[in-house]
Amino acid sequence: MPNNEDQSMFSNTILRWIDDRFPLSSLIREHATDYYASKNFNIWYIFGVLSLVVLVIQLLTGIFLTMSYKPSAKDAFDSVEYIMRSVEWGWLIRYMHSTGSSFFFIVVYLHMFRAMLYGSYKKPRELVWIVGMLIYFCLMAEAFFGYLLPWGNMSYWAAQVIVNLFGAIPYVGETLTEWIRGDYYISDITLNRFFAFHVIAIPLGIIALVFAHILALHHVGSNNPDGIEIKNYKNEQGNPIDGVAFHPYHTSKDLVWITVFLILFFAAVFFAPEMGGYFLEVDNFEPANALQTPEHIVPAWYLTPYYAILRAIPNKLMGVIVLASSVLFFLFLPWLDKCKVKSIRYRGWQYKLALSCFAISFLALGYLGMQPASGIYVVLARFFTVVYFIFFIMMPFYTRFEKTKAVPERVVYKK
Amino acid sequence: MKFFKIITACFLLLFVVSSGLVVGASEGNKEDNFLAAKNDVSDLNSLQRGARNFFNYCAGCHSLKFIRYNQIAQDLALDESQLIQNLIFTQAKAEDPVTTNMLPTDSSRWFGKTPPDLSLITRSRGEDQVYNFLRMFYEDLNSPTGTDNKILPGTSMPNVLWLVQEQSNEKEFDQFTLDIVNFLDYVSEPNQSERKRIGIWVILFLLIFLAFSYGLYKDIWKEVH
Repeated sequence: MPNNEDQSMFSNTILRWIDDRFPLSSLIREHATDYYASKNFNIWYIFGVLSLVVLVIQLLTGIFLTMSYKPSAKDAFDSVEYIMRSVEWGWLIRYMHSTGSSFFFIVVYLHMFRAMLYGSYKKPRELVWIVGMLIYFCLMAEAFFGYLLPWGNMSYWAAQVIVNLFGAIPYVGETLTEWIRGDYYISDITLNRFFAFHVIAIPLGIIALVFAHILALHHVGSNNPDGIEIKNYKNEQGNPIDGVAFHPYHTSKDLVWITVFLILFFAAVFFAPEMGGYFLEVDNFEPANALQTPEHIVPAWYLTPYYAILRAIPNKLMGVIVLASSVLFFLFLPWLDKCKVKSIRYRGWQYKLALSCFAISFLALGYLGMQPASGIYVVLARFFTVVYFIFFIMMPFYTRFEKTKAVPERVVYKK
Repeated sequence: MKFFKIITACFLLLFVVSSGLVVGASEGNKEDNFLAAKNDVSDLNSLQRGARNFFNYCAGCHSLKFIRYNQIAQDLALDESQLIQNLIFTQAKAEDPVTTNMLPTDSSRWFGKTPPDLSLITRSRGEDQVYNFLRMFYEDLNSPTGTDNKILPGTSMPNVLWLVQEQSNEKEFDQFTLDIVNFLDYVSEPNQSERKRIGIWVILFLLIFLAFSYGLYKDIWKEVH
């Protein structure tokens, strides 16, 4: 048995050998042990790490699902049931993946809302925000492609409706939808290419963008609930006084919240994997049937706000344009917001009111997107669509005249 | 900050009201006699009776293609001879999936529609719908089958349980159909009892882990001021 000194000398030798050839130690320092983030992070700051946790869950369970799933119109539905019944632990892997997709959107929406609460999209973090939004767009594409794969009847018809949106584009629309489907209707060919996008193309994009997101963040430093730069006050060692190292301080705190998250996640996986039809739709327990349209075609719950916006517009082309702009507007948030103060703690009533109305309309649209497009539901969807867009379009005006409170020099931290 | 809290409260209220509407909407529009199934897939006796009822009255037309006979036997604590004598009425072997001998071309000519596979019927329609469908046949001499159904008007399925219905009282018949529904619920997800059993241990482990991770966090952060 070598004693401790020998052991550490041995590991030091290995580390030095690696460091001469690969910047391992400096990478760990730069991104973990010497990366300082504010010590007053609140619960809103956990959703970034949680998105990463869900991404890992989705990648790992996805790999195992791919081993038994058959991407063909003839076998897809049966192969999912085969995974659920005959593959060892297949039901667990499948439920983790299906529950994971819903939890991904829950944590990402909360993560985005955090950025809007504390102004994390503002200078110098515009690119962190834009890359984050690109991840969100990829995530929607990933969810859409993945939704077809179980080849249930709702999968089939939701894919049909969404692909047909491209048909609204003048002149090239019809040709474009055929090109996307590779057929005149959603068929085996469509399923195969959606599978390719779902398991390789989009995930590669997401992973690359997540790296860029984290690199950009670590370059400019994390924001905090007070929306002030901790870099302005440094100690003798050159470290921010109000910051603590990512490792071990934030990692140990994150571990607590990750455990809480996993309790909720596995409670859903083991006790409510269908979540009353929101995580797994009842119509998807019937195989895809081109001759039998479900009573109400709705996308998965996380896309229903946009579906409500689409249906609120009477003209199909206009609907598609408004739908696209409703997500693209997020990209311009750093320049639409004219207020110098970042955090909602010190901003005026105008932004607080606007953000509250926006959040309410987003949730309301999500609810309306699940309802039939008739009567009062359409009227309400139009009203909330207007509120949704006013938040963005009027932002340069209402944020310019905001009466802000005095922003403190140092972060507020109560032990 | 107060203003922000009021808005948050309104927003939560809206959420609660809207989820109430969702639940309310799904509760409406039901028959007077509609009963919630409230079946219990851990009730082995009910599952055994349900399997007997299913194979005697349903399996002639309806398949359960996603499950095999021997798995049913194993999960329902039946031995091979019980399985072969009581459940297998076709040439199938114990390890075969549950299919019917009726040709789809024949059945679609006889009924206008091939009887659907029932492996996932309780997941796609819900236990309550299936239960009440079986309970709510009524005589209708204008219909080709002589009966119609309150849950699925115009169904091509005849009331195959009419004899059972005639020979038993209402309570016995409800139990008879409920056992079938319970069995179909089990078939739709054979390992659901195992899932819930394992889930409790996973959550317990995570709760213990939470205590340790919280202790670690407190220890590391005690020097932060």
